[in-house]
Amino acid sequence: MSDSQEKLTEKDFKDPYEYGFETEIDSDFAPKGLNEEIVKFISNKKNEPKWLLDWRLAAYKKWLTMAEPNWSSVRYPAIDYQDSYYYAAPKKTEKIESLDDVDPKLLETYNKLGIPLKEQEWLAGVAVDAVFDSVSVGTTFKERLKEDGVIFCSFSEAVNEYPDLVKKYLGTVIPTTDNYFATLNSAVFSDGSFVYIPPGVKCPMELSTYFRINAAGTGQFERTLVIADKDSYVSYLEGCTAPMRDEHQLHAAVVELVALEGAEIKYSTVQNWYPGDEEGKGGVYNFVTKRGDCRGDNSKISWTQVETGSAITWKYPSCILKGNNSSGEFYSIAVSNNYQQVDSGTKMIHLGKNTSSRIISKGISTGNSSNAYRGLVSIHSKAKNSRNFTQCDSLLLTDNCSASTIPYIQSKNIDSIVEHEATSSKISEEQLFYCQQRGLDEEEAVSLIVNGFCKDVLQKLPMEFAVEAQKLLSVSLEGSVG
Amino acid sequence: MKEFLNIKNLSVSVDEKSIINNLNLKINKGEIHAIMGPNGSGKSTLSNVLAGKNGYNITSGDILFCEENLLDFSPDERANKGIFLAFQYPVEIPGVTNINFIKTALESNREFQGLDPLKPGDFLKLIKEKAELLGIPEDRLKRQLNVGFSGGEKKRNEALQLMMLNPSLAILDETDSGLDVDAFKVVADAINSTRSKDNSMLIITHYQRLLERIQPDIVHVFVNGSITESGGPELANEIEKNGYERFSNG
Repeated sequence: MSDSQEKLTEKDFKDPYEYGFETEIDSDFAPKGLNEEIVKFISNKKNEPKWLLDWRLAAYKKWLTMAEPNWSSVRYPAIDYQDSYYYAAPKKTEKIESLDDVDPKLLETYNKLGIPLKEQEWLAGVAVDAVFDSVSVGTTFKERLKEDGVIFCSFSEAVNEYPDLVKKYLGTVIPTTDNYFATLNSAVFSDGSFVYIPPGVKCPMELSTYFRINAAGTGQFERTLVIADKDSYVSYLEGCTAPMRDEHQLHAAVVELVALEGAEIKYSTVQNWYPGDEEGKGGVYNFVTKRGDCRGDNSKISWTQVETGSAITWKYPSCILKGNNSSGEFYSIAVSNNYQQVDSGTKMIHLGKNTSSRIISKGISTGNSSNAYRGLVSIHSKAKNSRNFTQCDSLLLTDNCSASTIPYIQSKNIDSIVEHEATSSKISEEQLFYCQQRGLDEEEAVSLIVNGFCKDVLQKLPMEFAVEAQKLLSVSLEGSVG
Repeated sequence: MKEFLNIKNLSVSVDEKSIINNLNLKINKGEIHAIMGPNGSGKSTLSNVLAGKNGYNITSGDILFCEENLLDFSPDERANKGIFLAFQYPVEIPGVTNINFIKTALESNREFQGLDPLKPGDFLKLIKEKAELLGIPEDRLKRQLNVGFSGGEKKRNEALQLMMLNPSLAILDETDSGLDVDAFKVVADAINSTRSKDNSMLIITHYQRLLERIQPDIVHVFVNGSITESGGPELANEIEKNGYERFSNG
């Protein structure tokens, strides 16, 4: 006979945020606040060439003239941009030859997060460019990638080693004047990843970066640039967790993708930043600008994302379908719990002929959260014979959460077809009971049903990410059924 | 011998309406009991209450299962302790493959019993064997759970789960409905093959035809929420011939 006769309560499941620990490492801070001197300080710290400093300063000047956008559904107290640090780096500054030279505390942090670099190197065959705070601490598999001419390095490194490529493409998808947060990022971005795939090359491995916000009060301004030259292919994975923190953390990343003729970029994200506690205290503000440019004919860009974290998510990974016959995809799972607010979606801008786009969005809301899909499909007059298919499904787990779908559709020619389907449903008692009657506890049952609901998107993720994402969905929804 | 299932003076209501009235029923290990009754007599309520579904108000009585108070346990605990309900209307769960669902359920059961999960090869062998016995094609195992299944396919799938989980108490809620003649035989015979001295069954049905293939030890007539008469298989024959009228007045 079992002793576990007492009914399980929510408390038995609720772990404190699993990754809420902080590594004690001295950070090298820029003084608090934002002004021209800070922009210069950051640029100087990174030994940047003058053209990049000028580029940053121009962005900063533009930013001063801009206002924070307020059209989305997210609500938050005003952000004091002068009360934040804009640069922090782990103190160790010497060049790192191998992972053995990496601060053991950093490695320990990665291990806690389940990212054993060493093991990944040998077992998983994934090249990891780990961003700890703002500076890359270890890059692996470089030699293998070099054989094929693939460049995968930190952004700072690229600025120094491949200035022509950076200069040619930086800001060409998301101009410095694009929007408040992207412009801020352009002025103060710290580091990020740079990828270049030469013509005709299929990148021999999945590229992956783990982001982690650490030093207290540090905004994160990552900058990523991925260029797929003619007829090349790359799959890029991005995954994030953050330690627990009481004060809000601003995160405004920029990701630019460029796909030239016949090239394909697959960009996958699993995002699990600290969402705040059960009362809505703390959590990351995530204002991200991600955009891909299908610049060449027959090119393809695909965004796949699983978003479970952040107090506020404001994020619309988009595709500009400039090349004829180019295609864009957006597959998204957004989970909101407690007091999280999600306003996320995509933009598909059809400019070339015979362009196609596909949007599958799955929103899961629980607790007191709000979860909005906001998407634009715009078909321009020259984009003859274009088509879009959009499907937005929302699943609600409690009575106090909300879900909404806000589609914007513009079609300026008569040859194109735009389809939009949307559903919203509440998780059914009958389904829960059926699963429980087969021996699954309530948490497992919810997890199973939610994973089924998200299947169309999960199967778009690379294998190793799909498993992680499924785990993340279960963890995010623990104790969530009311 | 340890007592298996003992329902004592059970009364159940839904929304203030009394559905089960002072029901008493004892099932011993290895016994097969059949409950027959007209529509709306509370048969399905009994199976839901045994399985622990929400929405039923137990106004009096007890249910002892292996000498434990069953009402103290959640539906999943009851399932893991060996109670299996073959649903009258199995639900669809989109995106979850049939085979994964059954594997998850089996692992959950085994974990509860302190057993390691079956090796993937052994699991596959087992499920293929059972599916074949029930005439379930392999591709249906890969389909989403009950999604787009016909009524008969759903019932066969319930039988498959029953055979995979091998419960100590199987409750069959109108498992014969929705099956055509041939499917009915296949399913009934497959279920009958699970019969053993350790497994008990509670068969809820309108018709005697299922009881011809799964011969019960005891037949109960269930009218207005309680058992009005119990007897051997011959009772089923009588109901088949004369209906429930004689029992309704008692």
